[in-house]
Amino acid sequence: MDFNINMTAFSTEHRTVPLQSSVLYDVIIIGGGPAALTAAVYCMRKGVKTGLIAKDIGGQVGETSGIENYLGYKYIEGHELVNKFAEHVKQFEIGFKEGIGVSRIIDGKEKSIILESGEQYRAKAIILATGSKWKKLNVPGEDKLIGKGVAYCAICDAPFFAEKRVVVVGGGNSGVEAAIDLAKVATSVTVVQFLDALTADKILLDKLKEFSNVKVLYEHAVERILGEDRVSGVAIVDRKTQKVQELKVDGIFIQIGLIPNSEMAKGLVEINERGEIIVDCACRTSAEGIFAAGDVTSVPYKQIIIAAGEGAKAALSACDYVMRQ
Amino acid sequence: MALFDEKVSSQLKSILSGMKSDIQLAFFTQEIECPMCRETRLFLEEFCALSGKLTLSVYDFVKDKEKAETHRVDKIPAIVVLDSKGNDTGIKFYGLPGGYEINSFIKSLLEASGQKEELPALLMSRVMAIKKDIHIQVFVTLSCPFCPAAVMAAHRLALENPNIRADMVESTTFVPLAVRYGVQSVPMTVINETQKLIGAQPIERLVEAIENA
Repeated sequence: MDFNINMTAFSTEHRTVPLQSSVLYDVIIIGGGPAALTAAVYCMRKGVKTGLIAKDIGGQVGETSGIENYLGYKYIEGHELVNKFAEHVKQFEIGFKEGIGVSRIIDGKEKSIILESGEQYRAKAIILATGSKWKKLNVPGEDKLIGKGVAYCAICDAPFFAEKRVVVVGGGNSGVEAAIDLAKVATSVTVVQFLDALTADKILLDKLKEFSNVKVLYEHAVERILGEDRVSGVAIVDRKTQKVQELKVDGIFIQIGLIPNSEMAKGLVEINERGEIIVDCACRTSAEGIFAAGDVTSVPYKQIIIAAGEGAKAALSACDYVMRQ
Repeated sequence: MALFDEKVSSQLKSILSGMKSDIQLAFFTQEIECPMCRETRLFLEEFCALSGKLTLSVYDFVKDKEKAETHRVDKIPAIVVLDSKGNDTGIKFYGLPGGYEINSFIKSLLEASGQKEELPALLMSRVMAIKKDIHIQVFVTLSCPFCPAAVMAAHRLALENPNIRADMVESTTFVPLAVRYGVQSVPMTVINETQKLIGAQPIERLVEAIENA
């Protein structure tokens, strides 16, 4: 039996201070994932007056079971890496606000950040590092059947599909990881992939091949999810022939990637067609004094190590900006 | 064999040192223990040894029927959290709170011992205004990173208002129950059999659902 203790949630050994409305911060960082936390460390080491507003410390890292591509760790569990990140940040006297999201930002020479609760904070520069969240398929039946066979978290919900038939939508790393987790318990797993090949890492594809109960349908797309009170099947279309077929399944796991959490940045900075905040190579957005880093940005490849590196860059860029003011 | 390795033990010890008042845990099992009952008992024995503020009493679900009824325990393994005087806090764990769920277990013990942050005043007044009997069941799996938040929210409400009781239910230990409520994804919160919340919702949403129950 494993015990995934979230040490940072219980730790009393930290030097963080509550974020204050009366203070004009040099930099306020919004987010709690690797980009935001790395930015926090860099800003504090530069000695600028820094605040951090994190809805959820760890972000997607905390939802990841095992991580094998963050340098220095051949294998580390997501929650453990989060503990290490948070411990690193909390050694500083950083203004800290946790557990709540930002609803709006008002730009200006001095920027105002308004939280979902209405509280307001001020900063000379802002780093947006709000990450991304699971993308929906947006097909008929999906919303109605969430929690009734439509699922997004394979490690959470795989036990409910023991001895059942499931579809996994998506052939990237998260889709193939979900297929592997489900193949261990389900009778059959059908991976529906939009493209003509799986795009997951080879090491995952090799693991997937070990299961005889997994089938991959290439160049197919889910058209609708069938069922009234629970999922009874999916209608999938062959993208070459346009032929539609129905698969009888008990569950569908949707792993088609992520959408950026950029709602608060709309109308504030330039955003691309994917909803990502457009940044230049120094993490600058289209608005002066507003920087962005990590999965919420247009930087390609959403990886922990990349987000962390981008967070460092955004912090240095923001500190530069503040010092030149 | 010890369930906690040295690292986990020392982490737990340091967290539990933050407990304010004593907490008693009542554990319900039976004479011929189900495999999960035994494992949960061993877990609790090891866990309670990590803090002088924790005491464990083991009861037999069949022989101590009256005790079980007092605490409204209807299945085993069951852990009931009692305050220092032995009063029921309304907090229960059905199944072993391992994996990610260790976090809700620790949090509930700390909060029940008085180590808690205040809820916003407006929310608190809504919680205290709940007069009818509310039974919250939060279905989880131990590999679900989002589940502890849902359990913590439910348990916090149970702690604040005596009309509310809240259970963590480990879905794979109580399969027929999970099937009965149609649980296919976790966390799923069932309020008085009628209201269902899917996913880890903020505590405000939970209060809202209770108000509508």
